Amino acid sequence: MIDKTTIWTVIALLGIGTFLIRFSFLGLIGGRPMPAWVLRHLRYAAVAVLPGLVAPLVLWPAATGGDFDPPRLAAAVATVAVGLWHRNVLAGMIAGLVVLYVGLGLTAWL
Amino acid sequence: MPATTPKSAFWTGFRDGLPFLLVLLPFGILFGVTATEAGLNVLETMMFTIVVIAGASQFTALQLMTDNTPTLIVLATALAVNLRMAMYSASLTPALGGATVWQRGFIAYFLVDATYACAVTRFEAEPDWALPQRTAYFFGTVLAVCPAWYLLTLAGALIGSAIPGWLALDFAVPICFLAMIGPMLRTLAHLAAALTSVTLALVLAFIPYSMGLLIAAVVAMMVGAYVETRTAS
Repeated sequence: MIDKTTIWTVIALLGIGTFLIRFSFLGLIGGRPMPAWVLRHLRYAAVAVLPGLVAPLVLWPAATGGDFDPPRLAAAVATVAVGLWHRNVLAGMIAGLVVLYVGLGLTAWL
Repeated sequence: MPATTPKSAFWTGFRDGLPFLLVLLPFGILFGVTATEAGLNVLETMMFTIVVIAGASQFTALQLMTDNTPTLIVLATALAVNLRMAMYSASLTPALGGATVWQRGFIAYFLVDATYACAVTRFEAEPDWALPQRTAYFFGTVLAVCPAWYLLTLAGALIGSAIPGWLALDFAVPICFLAMIGPMLRTLAHLAAALTSVTLALVLAFIPYSMGLLIAAVVAMMVGAYVETRTAS
């Protein structure tokens, strides 16, 4: 259970911080160009956080008490592979869910 | 050819935004469900989605809070997810920077992946558009995606725990993240950053308070930038 103070603090500060990130150039910095090295780092911000966030959830899923789970790993691989291949978020999502349910079904049945 | 009026630009934006609903649909519902399962009530869930309006960082913050991560690290990691929006902001400044400060405030608030993707593509295709057309277009895309984002979250929060366990919803969040990551891996530099992030996050998982993830992210960003300079020349 998450503490109420934590929730509201995170909502308020994450909201303000995210707004300031979005407002930065449009609102404050204007048309002045950003140093190339800053742009170069910003380009990789999302791809630097999300894979690291999701990796432990794939290898050590909470639902199995942290034990390695083949259907979940297979679903993860399918999601990335199809997303990479088709350049399409929805296609990856569907592929992952199909593999997950087939995998879980097979495991339960065997 | 008749000149585009702001009104018709607005509806062009609305139409361009609609296809993004397909992706928002599972995301919004899932955020509502996940937040409720983590113990947030409907008010907290909705405030979260309305105040922050950035799906990936909302999931990140929620996941870290569930793991009892200190608030400072929750904020730093979730904000890192949103740093890409500084790029969006910079990229739209030549097109929209002339709007009034109030308009720019609202544009900034509604600057999400979908509205940015529409605007940057359309402004490039329609170089003749003046500021009123561009602003109207942007708010057209906003109308298509943003109210739906709130309503889908609400739907998810209300469905909440009614979802049966065999659906293995615990894994729907990782699948959503992974589905976003696939199309992001456009270049060798993106791939290098992603692999660094995964490797370091796993190796550093022993560091308390999810600080390993933050370290992994900073190093991965530097690796991406480095590989870009090496491959570009």
